[in-house]
Parts: sequence; structure tokens; C-alpha cells
Amino acid sequence: MSNATSTTETVHRVSFLDKDSLSIPILKILQADGTTFEKAVLPVIDQPLAEKIYDTCVFTRVLDERMLGAQRQGRISFYMTCTGEEASIVGSVAALDNEDVILAQYREHAAIRYRGFSTEQFMNQMFSNEKDLGKGRQMPIHYGSQALHYQTISSPLATQIPQATGVGYSLKMQGKRNVAICYFGEGAASEGDFHAGLNMAAVLKSPTIFFCRNNGYAISTPTSEQFAGNGIASRGIGYGMHTIRVDGNDMLAVLAATQQARAYALEHNAPVLIEAMTYRLGAHSSSDDPSGYRSKEEEAKWQQHDPVKRFKLWMMNKGWLSESDDQGLYEKYRQEVLAAVKVAEKLPVTHVDEIINDVYDTPTPRLKQQLATLKQHIKKYPDSYPHSAGRV
Amino acid sequence: MAKINMLQAINDALTIAMEADDKTVLFGEDVGHFGGVFRATSGLQEKFGRDRCFNTPLTEQGIAGFANGLASNGMTAIAEIQFADYIFPAIDQIVNESAKFRYRSGNEFNVGGIIYRTPYGGGIAGGHYHSQSPEAYFTQTAGLKVVVPRNAYQAKGLLLASIRDKNPVVFFEPKRLYRASVGEVPEGDYEIELGKAEVVKEGTDITLLAWGAQMEIIENAAQMAAKKGISCEIIDLRTLAPWDVDTVATSVKKTGRLLINHEAPLTGGFAGEIAATIQEECFLYLESPISRVCGLDTPYPLVHEKEYMPDALKTFEAIKASMKY
Repeated sequence: MSNATSTTETVHRVSFLDKDSLSIPILKILQADGTTFEKAVLPVIDQPLAEKIYDTCVFTRVLDERMLGAQRQGRISFYMTCTGEEASIVGSVAALDNEDVILAQYREHAAIRYRGFSTEQFMNQMFSNEKDLGKGRQMPIHYGSQALHYQTISSPLATQIPQATGVGYSLKMQGKRNVAICYFGEGAASEGDFHAGLNMAAVLKSPTIFFCRNNGYAISTPTSEQFAGNGIASRGIGYGMHTIRVDGNDMLAVLAATQQARAYALEHNAPVLIEAMTYRLGAHSSSDDPSGYRSKEEEAKWQQHDPVKRFKLWMMNKGWLSESDDQGLYEKYRQEVLAAVKVAEKLPVTHVDEIINDVYDTPTPRLKQQLATLKQHIKKYPDSYPHSAGRV
Repeated sequence: MAKINMLQAINDALTIAMEADDKTVLFGEDVGHFGGVFRATSGLQEKFGRDRCFNTPLTEQGIAGFANGLASNGMTAIAEIQFADYIFPAIDQIVNESAKFRYRSGNEFNVGGIIYRTPYGGGIAGGHYHSQSPEAYFTQTAGLKVVVPRNAYQAKGLLLASIRDKNPVVFFEPKRLYRASVGEVPEGDYEIELGKAEVVKEGTDITLLAWGAQMEIIENAAQMAAKKGISCEIIDLRTLAPWDVDTVATSVKKTGRLLINHEAPLTGGFAGEIAATIQEECFLYLESPISRVCGLDTPYPLVHEKEYMPDALKTFEAIKASMKY
């Protein structure tokens, strides 16, 4: 077996390569004014698809705005927005089949919305009420749904990357015409899991799309302090993977790249890496204040590249959207989200019995004993356990 | 019944499991054509093909993460970690992910179809990176089952039960016994129930408790004690998480004494958990303090392996001390 690449060239004096040796172009289709570049090849898109994409963007914008407000009012404990990254997330999910398995990092709620996660389901999760599919076990924004093929979010960073490799491999083994898609930020690409996952996917031939949202910041750490190489795309190439870099604020570029990535992954049983160059317009999370590490001028510059606005202009140019449609959509979702908040926050939290369920497939005797002891204690001191008192 | 060694029993169990369910996949470092460094997976790639039995790159965290992904999508993943000493790069994927997949998702997803097989323990002149017993790191993790067989018969039955269990299992194989333990093993498919300890020998004066390779040690100590007229009851815990409190407590209520033996260091070892629980369950029946005969609180040494080990002599001395208390 050969340990060299097929193109090994011989030289006779020392000659190093560096990151500039690797020229990686960036795919752009849509211009800032909503027109397309002259020679741009458009993705497969029609009016219903464009409307679904835009609808998802508007919902997500409204959700982010309202829930960040709800967090500031102390109604939920935590929130994360995807503001500024909508094109990366919606553009990619819109290229997939509904049964392709999504493994997200945490900022991709637009993707689960696109699949059909209802406003009520969002609220139930964020308020940890008894209707939360996750049974109140994780912080707000850790969505998941078996029915929508969206694996439940796990907080530790990058753990979903090698898992996606396994999911992709399982789809291949089961003979399904589906891929796994894995979202992560450029910060997560520094974790060991990233390298393990990509290497395994390339070697074991797993049909998986690794989608990097290179949004400029990992909490407060800018990319200049995150990696010294040529972004994340260069690593895909290093692992022997089909790789593309796209303008992550360009809905049509992301859609086109992901459509073709999916087709390639299925045809070749192989992974693809997409690096979407975008910008996190909001804070990292509700616990973060970006004014401490980046300037207003920088943020203002990126506001000019607002991906939702750019796609809106394209739709208006096509005659598929009007200003009044747009206003109506925002208004509809503002009312819907507010109404759902009011319902969800009044529902009781998950019953205390759920504290021992799902640790194993069936609770062990020790767990049952610990629950019984806990309930006795709650009965004795009901005022100290308001969530559960009266329901034990 | 044929007499085979523990490696052959493990290979037999893997063959049966893979024949029975074509969604079962086996992978790890060198497990493919080579059959693993101990040859536990010999012949399986030839039998089941490269898609179902394959080498992975050298990345324990990748192996565990990949296992999580496979199992989360309906497969059974049998992942080999070449030595238990090398399980630590995978610990986040095992402890934070495998163990919590079902719980954190509200059972929307689970990875019950995972088994991590890994050779553990000393007695092979392997020094500290080929001899550790890291079971206690996993027994504290809710959601994992931890299983340790003591001989070929157990290895086959417990392994088949672990593969089919609906929870992720960490299966520690006593490598010292891989070839040393030879015994009669039924040819067909059988399982040994997880979560149940086995009373290996009945006795009246003191209960000796261990698992895996240390079972041989406490059996030898019991024979030495018998010559002094001490009757030992011997229990193999077999599953450490969740562990069989009832069988141990029933025995201790009868004998009034308990000695726990494990290779891992004393401090923070699983013997501490057993001792605390049995003290609670059996306080009024105890005739002497619960005794722990364990590894020293040092890394596993090389030349002083014999000194480090909780061997039969140390166990014998502890039995006598307990009887005289």
C-alpha cells in the first residue's frame, strides 16, 4: 500500500508549503442587492421552496428577538440566537430530504423549525414543562425530535461530529438513500472530536455532510485566535474529503452547495465538508455581551450582509414576496410566539417521577428506592420543593 | 461441551451475536483481518465482511463517538478499546454521551445498542499503561452498565447478554485470563443475566467478594483459610453497575463479615461504595469492620507488580484479622 499521494512531485532543494499554497475559492451566487452574479449557476429552487425558506427565516428572527427578551425578563434561564446565520442553516437544511438525520451543535433551531417543529414544541422545551419532548432534562434550546430526524442537542462541544460519522455509516449499512448532516462552529473544529470524526468518515466512507458555520467567534475568541491555517475547509482537503467554501450569508450559494454535497455523498458513499463564511450578529448566548470583545463598527459592517434581507430582496425581485407580505409574516409570528409563551409558561414542569426514568431502559431497584425516599422528603417539606409538592 | 479459553469464548459470542442480527457491527483498532492484538476477533472479518467488522483509525474518542452515532440510529455497535488504559481519550463520548443519550433526550433517542469491550487488569508484566482497572470511573456514571466476567463460560454468556441489553455496557475483559482460563463452554446461544451476583461457594464465617481476575485470588485465599478452619462464602459480583445489593447483603447477614477485593487502587475504588452500602444494610449483623483488600494508591507498577497486587496472601491475612477482630 502506498503512503504517498498520487501526485507526489520530486524536488531537489528544500521547499515548504504554507496555507497560501492552498487556494480555496468561495462560492457566491446572490449579490447584496438581491440580484444574482452574472455567471452564477442557481440551485434547484421554486417559489414554494423559496417561501418555505423565507418563512423559516422570519419565524427564527421573531423567535430570537422575543426569547432573548423573555430571557432578559427572567422568564427562561438561557437563550441562544442564530441571528446572522440563517442562510447557512436554512439554506443547507432546505437541500436535504426530510429523513436525512440532523446532528446540530446548538444554534440551528431554524433547521428543526424547517422540518416542522411547532411553536408550541419550542416553548415546551424552553419552559421545561410537562409537554417537553426532552422531559425537562436540558437547558433551553436543547431541542430534539425523533419524528423530525433531528437528534437532541448535547451541550459538550463537537461530540456530535464523530457521532454524525456513525449515523451516516448506519444509513449506508441500512441501505437508506439518506445522509447525515452535522453542524458545528469553527471553534468546535478545534476539538479532538472534529479530527476523529472527519478522519473516520473519510476512511470508513460515511455519507455525511460536515457543515461548519464559520461565524467569526467562539464565544469571545475570534478566528484569528482559533486557527492559524486556511480556515476549516483546508482541513477537509487534508482528510481527503470533498470540500467547498461558500458565502454563508448567501442563501442560494448555501442551497446550491448543499444540494450537490448531498448528491455526491449518496453517489460515492463519502463525506463532504462545507465551510460557510458567515458572521454571528448576536451574542454567543444570553450570558454573553459581545461589546466587550468586538466593535460596533465591525457589527455594523456585517449588518450590511444580513442574509435574510439579501434573500428577501431576491424574492421581491422575482415577484414572490411583497413588503406587505413580509410585514404580515412578522406580525403573524410575533403574535404566535407571544401567545405560545403565555401558554407554555403556565404548564407545570415535568413530573418528579421522570427524574429516574430513562437513566436506563427500566429504572433499577436502587433508583426506585431513591425516588420513594425523595417523595417522602418532599411530602414532609412541600414549601421547599414547589415544582413537585402536591404532585407526589 | 467443549473446553475452550476465554478468547475463544468471546469470539464465539461475537460470532453468534453477529449471525443473529445483521445490524450488529464490530470495530476498533486492528480488529479486522488481524483479529485484534489478543485475537479476540479472529476470522470475523472473513465471515461477516469488511462493512461489518473493520479497523478504525487510531482514535478512541472517534471509536466511541462513531459508536454513539451508529447506535443512535438503530444499530448495535460492538466497539473494542484495545486496552482499558486507553479508554480515557474516549471518556467524554462514553460518560457524557453514551451514558446520557436516552436521559438527556427524554428517550427521543438512545444508544442502548452499544457495548465497549476492553481488556483490563494486571498480572501480565505490562506496567501501568497495560494493567489498569478503571471500572470505578464508569460505575459512577448513571446510564452505563459495567460488567466483568471471571472465566470463559461467564465471558460468553455475559457478553451475549451485554450485546443484547438495551443500555450501553462497558465490558471489562480480564486479559490475564484470556488464555489462562480454560473451561467448559456450551456451544449454542446462552445469556447470563446482568445485574446479578453469583454465590460461587457457600460458607458461614465471612463473605469474600470480588469480580473478574480477582475471583481466582479470593478462591485461593479461601482455601488457605479453610485449612485454618475458616469457612468462606465466595461471591462474584459480575455486574458492577447496577450491582446486586441483595445477594451481597443476604450473604453478609448470614456470615457477619465482608471482605472486598479489587485490583484498582483503594481510594475511590468500587469497594468503598460496596462497603458503605453494606454497612447501611447490615449494620446490626456485622461482627467486624468491612475489609478492603485492593491495589495500592499508586500507578500500576512494573517490577513491583507482585507487591502491588491484592493477592491471596494479603487476602488471607485480612480474613484472619477480620475473624479475630
